[in-house]
Amino acid sequence: MQTARERLQRVLERPWIWSFLGALGAWGAAVAFMAGHGSGELASTTLSFAVFMVIIALGQMFVITTGPGNVDLSIPATIALTGAVAMKVMAEQDEMILLGLGAALLVGLAVGLFNYLLIWLLRIPPIIATMSSNFLVMSSAIAYGRGLRIKPPPLFSDFTTDKVMGIPVLAIVTALLTVVMGIVLRRTVFGRSVEAIGQNMRAAWLAGVQVGRTRLKVYLISATLAGLCGALLAGFSGGSSLDAGEAYLLASIAVVVIGGTSVAGGRGNIPGLWGAALFLYLLEAMLNTYGAGAGVRMIMTGLIIIAVITIAGGEETR
Amino acid sequence: MLNPQSLRAALPVFSLVIILVPIFYIQPRTMSYFGLNLLLQLAVPIALATIAQMFILAVNDLDLSMGGYVGVVACISATYLNDTPLLGVVLLGLCVAGYAAVGALIHWRNLPSIVVTLGMLFVWQGLAVLVLPTPGGKAPEWVKDFMALKIPLIPFPIVAAAVLALVVHFGLMHSSYGAVLRGVGGNPKAVARAGWSLLKAKMVMYALAGVFGVLSGLSLIGLTTSAQANIAMPYTLLSIAGVILGGGEFVGGRVSPIGAVLGALTLALATRALTFFSIPPDWQIGAQGAILIIVLALRAVINRREG
Repeated sequence: MQTARERLQRVLERPWIWSFLGALGAWGAAVAFMAGHGSGELASTTLSFAVFMVIIALGQMFVITTGPGNVDLSIPATIALTGAVAMKVMAEQDEMILLGLGAALLVGLAVGLFNYLLIWLLRIPPIIATMSSNFLVMSSAIAYGRGLRIKPPPLFSDFTTDKVMGIPVLAIVTALLTVVMGIVLRRTVFGRSVEAIGQNMRAAWLAGVQVGRTRLKVYLISATLAGLCGALLAGFSGGSSLDAGEAYLLASIAVVVIGGTSVAGGRGNIPGLWGAALFLYLLEAMLNTYGAGAGVRMIMTGLIIIAVITIAGGEETR
Repeated sequence: MLNPQSLRAALPVFSLVIILVPIFYIQPRTMSYFGLNLLLQLAVPIALATIAQMFILAVNDLDLSMGGYVGVVACISATYLNDTPLLGVVLLGLCVAGYAAVGALIHWRNLPSIVVTLGMLFVWQGLAVLVLPTPGGKAPEWVKDFMALKIPLIPFPIVAAAVLALVVHFGLMHSSYGAVLRGVGGNPKAVARAGWSLLKAKMVMYALAGVFGVLSGLSLIGLTTSAQANIAMPYTLLSIAGVILGGGEFVGGRVSPIGAVLGALTLALATRALTFFSIPPDWQIGAQGAILIIVLALRAVINRREG
């Protein structure tokens, strides 16, 4: 029999628990200040913003897990371009929604393929390759979306903003996506290969893991999810915009790592993405309710991120 | 002469030439003293930030806060350093101490540097907003004078870059403590067993990054003459790209100060080059990415030759 203490001990050792505790703390602090008013609304609003971050972080998590130096910096431009493509294809017509979504996903897929070709053919470090491709994709988005002011079709707009009993529909869909990704990471040969490559690429290769193919898929997943996020975000905010993805570049890395994924690679974590995404948005909301100015808000956000990672502890030395 | 090592060392030079030749071809007037001065001016702060980033990469860490840090230095320099020089110097000293403290924290708790420096990015940005809420301020005269220095025959940016590269090269690559510092990135256990303090080494490297970050902010403001909170945000990615272009690696303490400076010059020129190639504004950022890719692709070809 386990004592309650031992059980608590085991829960606290989970790498994702700290992000949820942080989110809960920030929510509690904000609600306490508002004397309990609007606690449900705050949670619901946070959730509707956090889902986009979770979608992006799911892909970024796979990329980061394949080892040091692997990170997808092409996400902001991909979001901008796919948002514009989705809006243009949908052309404010409900019956074109699926086609528009498909187009956004395809464009994302193409960006991912391009990223991996740069990494593989030209042997460019992924961080530089995806940064360069971010520049190229961003230019395409600027050229393609010039003067583009297309609203999302009514049905698509409703889908991205609707709530069922206070829970955004998108959050439910993203939860399902998270479960699927969890199964992919833990239960498939591909998922196991991702972690094996992150732990030791050479050992994984010697053990017969298809390193190249796995890395290709990782970058495809990340860019395709960015495409999905781009389309949904355009629907959510009533049209595409060039800087829609800006906030996701560095924050997605923070969410992945605060969520308990090893930044050195080899150990992914899916539940923590939710905790970390909620934590970041609730933190912002909490500081807002306290009436902090922009400068103070940024300083506090930074210090709290550092505090959380310090308390949660670093990596064991290898 | 043509062994893999010297070829590897020659790559950053090669990248720089690839950028320079078309610029000279399209606009021969840039080959003059005045033209080179104009062309390379903005490369000085980028090169300093790249060297700062290089110290962090040398101990296997990554600094995402560089852009915010250079920004806060610029804001302090344009306000306190100009109005109350003593207070300004103290504040800049505190910034460097902050960097050393971040290094100590990362080592002490064995934290992922990416997350801690990402948090610090927000902190520096917030501080910059507090120091200078609206764009403005005034660069101290002596900083402006220094950046406008006219050296006979060779343009100032080239001299500055050469001095920077050589000073750091001899300090880090040819001194005994420099070898220890790089060893922290190469084999920390061996360095610790040999009796050196890893904590101290990491703090020294972060403090050095802080010092060169201050120099970067000062030189930047000497050129722009006024500041704003997010004046240096692109420096985070530029500095990382500069180190890698210069032949540095993400792990193993393998860095090259001379390469890093050349990498920074290449990046700064890539931005500048676009104005000469008459590229439509929509594709300016894209062209920057394309130039980076072309340079790295040529490197890959050479790398494969050496086999």
